[in-house]
Amino acid sequence: MKSTLSLLALSISLTACVTINIYFPAAAAEKAADKIIDEVWQLKDGVAMPASKAPEKTTEKVIEPPAK
Amino acid sequence: MFRENNMQKIIFSLLLLLSLFNSSWVNAAADLDVNTPAISAIKSSMQNRHAQLAGHYASGAIGLTKDGLIAVRDATALPLKDRQGINALVAAENSDRNALYKEVAAGNGHPEWQGEVRNIFAGRWIDKAQSGWYFQQDGGWAKK
Repeated sequence: MKSTLSLLALSISLTACVTINIYFPAAAAEKAADKIIDEVWQLKDGVAMPASKAPEKTTEKVIEPPAK
Repeated sequence: MFRENNMQKIIFSLLLLLSLFNSSWVNAAADLDVNTPAISAIKSSMQNRHAQLAGHYASGAIGLTKDGLIAVRDATALPLKDRQGINALVAAENSDRNALYKEVAAGNGHPEWQGEVRNIFAGRWIDKAQSGWYFQQDGGWAKK
């Protein structure tokens, strides 16, 4: 009985393995895309971020002129 | 009796091993690897080229296409000195972009994901574009 249960669990885990790898990980791909685009366009640290994307964020972020 | 007990132990440890393996697999799937040598090379090439392209995005001479590439939109927006080289510049950028989508898919063991990777990128390039840049929609070019 117990070994039947174990076998069942085994097959479930195996299916889980397969399932995870069949579907395209859209969220992970978006994260990867964001990372690459930020680097290519050098958008890190809010430099030249599009204002339309986060209107409420722009109010809290005070853009100071460079100290130089 | 002893035998059955032993058998259960073996199955249990197998399951434990499998679940460990499984969870590392989940982690691998939760983050795509974008630090392969091929991807890094393409990235730095695109980064260098962006210095030349940035002004052309802003002037509307080039725009972002629906399929994750770029295209010449209005060559008259270009200074005369840049008109000659723009096609080569756009072609070079597009070949890097195509290679990038291919490498992100292949670098994660799924070359067949290339089209989906391209679609995701297409949306994100446009989302992250600066205002004033042009992007392609179903009805043609739109200004961000």
